[in-house]
Amino acid sequence: MSATGIIFSNIHDSNLPEFTEKRTLASVPFGCRYRFIDFALSNMVNSNIYDISVITHYNYQSLMDHIGSGKDWDLARRSGGIKILPPYITAYANNSNSLYTSRLEALKSVSYVLDKLTADYIVMSDCDVICNIDFNKIIKAHAESGAEMTIAVKSVELDEKAAESSIIYSSDGDGFITDVLAYPKRFSGRADISLNISVINRKFLQQVVMDAVAHGYTSMTKDVILRNVDKKQFAVYKYDGYFARILSMADYFKYSMELISNAEARRALFSVRHRPILTKVRNSEPTYYSEGSEVRNSLIADGCEIEGTVENSILFRGVKVSRNATVRNCILMQDTYVGEGSYVNCVISDKNSRIKDSRLLSGTEEAPYYIRKHQTV
Amino acid sequence: MYKKQQCVAMLLAGGQGSRLYNLTEKTAKPAVPFGGKYRIIDFPLSNCVNSHIYTVGVLTQYQPLVLNEYIGNGAPWDLDRLQSGVMILPPYQGKEGADWYKGTANAIYQNLDFIRRYDPDYVLVLSGDHIYKMDYSRMLDAHIRKGADCTIAVLDVSIEEASRFGIMNTDADMKITEFEEKPAHPKSTNASMGIYIFSRELLEKYLIEDEADPDSSNDFGKNIIPKMLADGRNMYAYPFEGYWKDVGTISSLWEANMDLLGERPAFDLGDRSWRIYSRNTPLPPHRVGGSAKITNSLITEGCDVEGVVENSILFGGVTVERGAIVKDSVIMSGVVIKGGATVNYSIVDENCRLGRNSVIGRTKGAGENITVIGAGLDVPDDKNIPGGEMVNADWLENN
Repeated sequence: MSATGIIFSNIHDSNLPEFTEKRTLASVPFGCRYRFIDFALSNMVNSNIYDISVITHYNYQSLMDHIGSGKDWDLARRSGGIKILPPYITAYANNSNSLYTSRLEALKSVSYVLDKLTADYIVMSDCDVICNIDFNKIIKAHAESGAEMTIAVKSVELDEKAAESSIIYSSDGDGFITDVLAYPKRFSGRADISLNISVINRKFLQQVVMDAVAHGYTSMTKDVILRNVDKKQFAVYKYDGYFARILSMADYFKYSMELISNAEARRALFSVRHRPILTKVRNSEPTYYSEGSEVRNSLIADGCEIEGTVENSILFRGVKVSRNATVRNCILMQDTYVGEGSYVNCVISDKNSRIKDSRLLSGTEEAPYYIRKHQTV
Repeated sequence: MYKKQQCVAMLLAGGQGSRLYNLTEKTAKPAVPFGGKYRIIDFPLSNCVNSHIYTVGVLTQYQPLVLNEYIGNGAPWDLDRLQSGVMILPPYQGKEGADWYKGTANAIYQNLDFIRRYDPDYVLVLSGDHIYKMDYSRMLDAHIRKGADCTIAVLDVSIEEASRFGIMNTDADMKITEFEEKPAHPKSTNASMGIYIFSRELLEKYLIEDEADPDSSNDFGKNIIPKMLADGRNMYAYPFEGYWKDVGTISSLWEANMDLLGERPAFDLGDRSWRIYSRNTPLPPHRVGGSAKITNSLITEGCDVEGVVENSILFGGVTVERGAIVKDSVIMSGVVIKGGATVNYSIVDENCRLGRNSVIGRTKGAGENITVIGAGLDVPDDKNIPGGEMVNADWLENN
């Protein structure tokens, strides 16, 4: 059994428009020291998948910078390793906003790479999958079921708003998909929603993509799964572990804060035996707490310097909180500077932002105040 | 066929470090953890890379397992290279028989073949037990500019300390006129830092001659340097300014760790222009709980702090439970300090468990000594360990 990974780096960019103005969703920072894509990459590497292609679309400079040669995930390899696939087909260039917005279209655009794959299975993952999941278990279940494609789902309680961004699967007693509701309006209640992680037989995928090119298909759900739903080719894999599903800035804030308040969430993401989450190594020094610093209920990365008060916050690498400054319920990304005597509450500051001395900034849990990359306030 | 290198570094990492007691029971001194996420050898290795010296031989001998594993392929220091990089050089069995490294000079002598592969013009000799940041390329520039045969880095120490070092007496141009090993009445305060640059051909000549001399103890400080000086070679002292500490004893290791603390630390790890690289363990960010109180301390990834931490350094993955107190201490990776435990003026080695309400060490003060808890020990609940003890499994059994 062999498997190759494919990661879609831009698919849900529009969920977090502020963060993705200058980066892919894949490179959105999360959890003090990680980027979204670290979870998909680590899950693959921890499942012994060492041949990974990342399909990009636009804004992928920060992603390339993050991944580098791939050596921080053990993916700098002569055979296999990590490949970033930038846009190749230029025919759509005039219409850049609709340039492969679906996974199937993205796959069509890299069919030249797909044709050359030889592994038995392809594991496909979006990059907003904040979870620590064993792909080998999905592959095993997939192989045993005899399905051509298996989609990981999780049973959740949906409200109407969340349902509008969900793909809902119904399945029979054997786990084969019987119906799919893609982004339904006015749906609420318990349902199996897609985790945007799937395993597919390599030959089947090659066939599907060839077909899609020939017939002009654009949607995996509508054109491939729903057209063939009675053929028992598509199965679900029911995952019941921790999964942070981030569809908006409010979700981002909520799930970040959950890392502080929920020990079980922290354990399920970061302390699974033999399954570490890997990220780019930055060689930051340990964090320094000075005389007079007051820190409570916070998660803090290396390289920070804390002189003031920090409560209920997430500090990424290299954050400085100056004397008499107070930081509450904040997410401060890499190298944020908080000036002396400032008070910040419910603020999300992007990389290299600067809060001057004696500033008073406050957002709310539902609408955190956002400071752009390199912005000074 | 190897690419020529201008300078090859040879890092002497065979030190047993017996004055570090239980910290070096299973670890060579250069692999002793330091500063929250480093090991001592990270400093010379990072200095090499930051000085653009990418060929480094590491001469190991004593308890090399941890050190070898730590250095691995050299990737953390960017020393995984096709044409050069870091190479572990243990003593080996040759056709003429097997030899341990008899002395520092003999260690280099036995690896002359390694040096010759790169046909370097200069050889930099370093030791693996000092904490400092130094640009060796500037020292090499000085060596070349002065047309020296040998350049020795020196530190200006106080006259009281001078008796503990090898002292280089020089003329106004820093040319060495006399070398005194640990003089009772030092004439100057230029202490040798154990960092040498040799012009390669001359080094080879002296090493070969030294090896042929049965009376020699094959040591740079005792034999090679005095011999070159006696022969009237061009030898210069290179004055180093900045932080430098030999961490060969428990108290100097503790002090060097404490020198990292403070708002303007004596030794700054956060200097972005001179990064110190280390092998990274994938750990999540550290968590500070609701009852924690941390002052003047360094905390790194994977820690979970609910107790009080003062003037201390916590390595990766340390747990300090609610009600525990840690003061003036160095706590290495994976240590769990249970609720109610008190740790004062101590060094606790990796993966120990300090039981509930245990008392480790005594408050730092006049006449009090540092307590050291050896790696992997399970200190029972309510155990009281007095100041100055070097605790290992036997000690715990008998006390």
